[in-house]
Amino acid sequence: MFLIHCPYCGEREQSEFKAGGEAHIVRPKQPTELSDDQWAEYLFMRKNIKGVQFERWVHTHGCRKWFNMVRDTSNDEIKAIYKMGEKPPTKY
Amino acid sequence: MTDNLRVKSSKFIDETYKISFKFNNKTYYGYKGDTLASALLANNIHLIGRSFKYHRPRGIMTAGSEEPNAIVQLHKNTSRTEPNVRATEIEIYEGLEASSQNCWPSVNFDIGGINNFLSPVLPAGFYYKTFMWPASFWEKYEYFIRKSAGLGKSPTEPDPDIYEHKYIHCDVLVIGAGISGIIAAKTSAKNGFKTLLVDEKPYLGGSTIYQNSEHFKINNQISSSWLEKEINEIRKIDNLEIKTRTSVAAFHGYNFLLARESLTDHLPLHQRDGKVRHKLLKIRAKKVISATGSLERPLIFDNNDRPGILLSSAIEKYSNLFGVACGQKNVLFTNNDSAYETAISLFNKGIDIKAIIDNREEVDSKLVKEIEKNNIKIFKGYTIVDTFGYKRINKISIMQLSKDGQKVVGSKISIDCDCLGMSGGWTPAVHLFTQSGGKLKFRDDDQVFIPDIYPSDQISIGSCNGDFTLEEILTNISKTLKNFLNIKKTEYENLEVQSHFNKTKRNIWLLPTNKVIGKTKPFVDYQNDATAKDIKLALREGFRSIEHVKRYTTTGMGTDQGKLGNMHALGIISETAGSKMGELGTTTFRPPYTPLTFGTIVGRNVGEYFDIFRKTAIHDWHVENKAQFENVGQWKRAWFYPKENENMHDAVQRESKAARDSAGILDASTLGKIDIQGTDASEFLNRVYTNAWSKLAIGKCRYGLMLNEDGMVYDDGVTTRLDENHYIMTTTTGGAATVLGKLEDYLQTEWPELDVYLTSVTDHYATISVCGPNSKKIISKVIPNLDLSDEKFPHMSFKNTKIGKIKCRVMRISFTGEQSYEINVQANYGKSVWNKCMEEGKEFNITPYGTETMHLLRAEKGFIIVGQDTDATMTPIDLQMDWIVSKKKYDFIGKRSLYRSDTIRDDRKQLIGLVTENPKEVLEEGAQIVLDASKSPVEMLGHVTSSYYSPNLEKSIALGVVKGGKNMMGQKLIIPMENKQINVTVTDPVFLDKENKRLNA
Repeated sequence: MFLIHCPYCGEREQSEFKAGGEAHIVRPKQPTELSDDQWAEYLFMRKNIKGVQFERWVHTHGCRKWFNMVRDTSNDEIKAIYKMGEKPPTKY
Repeated sequence: MTDNLRVKSSKFIDETYKISFKFNNKTYYGYKGDTLASALLANNIHLIGRSFKYHRPRGIMTAGSEEPNAIVQLHKNTSRTEPNVRATEIEIYEGLEASSQNCWPSVNFDIGGINNFLSPVLPAGFYYKTFMWPASFWEKYEYFIRKSAGLGKSPTEPDPDIYEHKYIHCDVLVIGAGISGIIAAKTSAKNGFKTLLVDEKPYLGGSTIYQNSEHFKINNQISSSWLEKEINEIRKIDNLEIKTRTSVAAFHGYNFLLARESLTDHLPLHQRDGKVRHKLLKIRAKKVISATGSLERPLIFDNNDRPGILLSSAIEKYSNLFGVACGQKNVLFTNNDSAYETAISLFNKGIDIKAIIDNREEVDSKLVKEIEKNNIKIFKGYTIVDTFGYKRINKISIMQLSKDGQKVVGSKISIDCDCLGMSGGWTPAVHLFTQSGGKLKFRDDDQVFIPDIYPSDQISIGSCNGDFTLEEILTNISKTLKNFLNIKKTEYENLEVQSHFNKTKRNIWLLPTNKVIGKTKPFVDYQNDATAKDIKLALREGFRSIEHVKRYTTTGMGTDQGKLGNMHALGIISETAGSKMGELGTTTFRPPYTPLTFGTIVGRNVGEYFDIFRKTAIHDWHVENKAQFENVGQWKRAWFYPKENENMHDAVQRESKAARDSAGILDASTLGKIDIQGTDASEFLNRVYTNAWSKLAIGKCRYGLMLNEDGMVYDDGVTTRLDENHYIMTTTTGGAATVLGKLEDYLQTEWPELDVYLTSVTDHYATISVCGPNSKKIISKVIPNLDLSDEKFPHMSFKNTKIGKIKCRVMRISFTGEQSYEINVQANYGKSVWNKCMEEGKEFNITPYGTETMHLLRAEKGFIIVGQDTDATMTPIDLQMDWIVSKKKYDFIGKRSLYRSDTIRDDRKQLIGLVTENPKEVLEEGAQIVLDASKSPVEMLGHVTSSYYSPNLEKSIALGVVKGGKNMMGQKLIIPMENKQINVTVTDPVFLDKENKRLNA
């Protein structure tokens, strides 16, 4: 069970959070102009990396805020946490 | 007590406190401080149970939690009985009743014992190979396999004991209170760290505390005396908490650990009432120090499993700690110096040692010399090739080992004995370390796996880190603790240690014999009866991965998780396959380290506390009025209100009819309610619902359908515009939380530019829905000053008003197709407003109805229920709800997916109505729908999603989804049931009042 440092509430136990899949997948601004393939790319395709992965998390049983996490999926080490809209760190 | 093998009073045993207990219905006596195993051994009982597969007689092998064989069933009481309790761990108490497992009719005469003689035809994978064909016979085989499988019996009644969970936060957790753990805990606590020390045993001090030998000294004191003083000191330290009888079950990532503290299992039964039996401790430690010690290895030779064969260290513990001799004619078999410690200890107590068999050819440590000095015969360079005695060992045969240790030479020598101690060296107990994600490395010198890479802020010290001698432990511990705790010095830097232990060892994983391997039974996993032969067979059959061999042979899969034999299994694989131990890896040690009862895991969350349930403000009224309840999400919803003698069908028919004939009343408080405010609220709704919202006038309500981005219907409900920038959205009862979550997700991550705020207000309001042709009359009595004319208060609009002094919102919206009013009041007024409606509605026979009637009424109107008529594969187009999908809006969640190549197919399953040829016949929900049942394979076109007998239409009606259903109006289809076929016709899903006349009647 991780300890997650919510950028708004501080350190809390994993059970208060929910994972929301890969981060930095932007919803297309003009979906109607996309081909089926392009739309499918947005809709369905997600990475599943063994190693460093950028993820979305939400403090469901807390402030309900979404934020981003850099996590090494091979050992569950949380390398960085940053707010929505902030640039992903390049060094971690 | 005919046999008494107490040899010397031990300070750990209180001989003034005699305890009687029963084993296999016979009464025995022991003393306070005894475990069941030590008390049985004192009574000269070794035979405890039968093995799993061959039903071989088995006895006590160890003196701790690694015990594979001496596992018993506790108690006969059907609620308190407990299987698989290790006799070596359970402390005896007045009233203890234990019996043997896995034997019938008794442990002395067990019918399953015949498997032992059938063993040549019961090799590894026997079950997989034999019972696979013919496939149709499996059901017959299964009956017999299940009957004879399994260890012990589980209780058949609810557990009457109380269990608790507790969170503990500490700076440093020390696991294991042996000499290393005691030193670590003291150092940590004295340096200001809030420290928790846990040990699974009832006493502190590990194996050093009963080490009473001149050969092991610290600062010129016998090691046990030195440690005793340390223990007395740590008991006085304030910021050090000590928990004994506390076994760490799991070590998860981020230093989160689960431990079971056993509080009453050692007490007489009558002292347990009302007390908590186990506490599950959820420990979050900043730092963890593992001092979990090591487990002695057995040796692998023919028939190494007979009762009377124990680990050498266990024999020492029984004599030193419990004052019990395990036998009167003892033989020790070893490949290292440990057995000599045992021998000296036994010798000093006057217990007879017939001989020591040592694999090693040259041994000359001080310990060995002392044994030789006392004229105990040592067979150097010998091995045991066989043992004898069915229910208790009575003889061994030994032979000389060849120089390379691969075979035996010379002639056999027989030695009589009644107890054999074996010592194959030590295995660090790294189970918890690996559970935490730690990586091991293999140390070739003494063939052990030790911790290498730590995944969290933790360290292993003492013998679990591969430091086996007192000297190594005490030399390394100071340095390790200083680094780990970041402190300058410890009290343990200049200890004078005297340790006569010589580390040489002759490691032979599978000892040679004079017989061919097929004729021998060298057990590797004692509990699951896996032998070296089975492992070799698995390798011959092509298994290479240790994980595969484990599953094929079941090595290491018992309740003991192979604590004793796993290393030997690896060793034999490596030798046979010619691969290096370090490269083979180990199997995964899974939590729990020792088994936990379910009671401990669930704690207080049993019965009505198993899950949270939510009640509406009007709940008590429903209870008083005999409502039957239905679980919807976590809510308890009134399902129907049977009057005397009514069954569910009768009640629902009466309620449904009353609602359409006069008036019905429903508690709709459970529907999710989300308060939406902000200057972009309308734009936000535009984006999340399929229809348009910008033009909705203040005071009006609108039904909305919400999709997932994949175009599938996700939720629905009515949203009301309370003000320019203020809406209240209703969601389905079950969807409330996930809808709020989804909306927040889009707001925060995709559209942060929108000025919108969401608040869940589900619990803040009670919602009372009054429907039916007389609803207007009832509401006009409840709220006399409200103008209810259709002009002033039309369908799909709302009013702010008051009932007396109670502020309320009244919405004229309908889920039944009848004219209806939904009164929303602050939740604590809910019941009084409900009562008022009931009172004013009396003259109109106002009838409370539950969720079942609600479902029936909406089905008559063809209204869908998301999650019943839809699953996550239905688009609004599939539901024939094209009318609600805006063509004009540029975008909304899921829009693009509505014209993917898959979603525009004509032959998707689509919602239709179904009527039966026989109007009395009601379809089963979930039944398959086909066109032609005669052609095989029958093509499944779809299934029935909702089905009722409509009292208002006086016929059976159903909704269903059918491939291409939209274009099948009037088509005859078939519902094939077990004994019949039901003929149905596809219709429009709206069965009643297609023109919506009743809404304004």
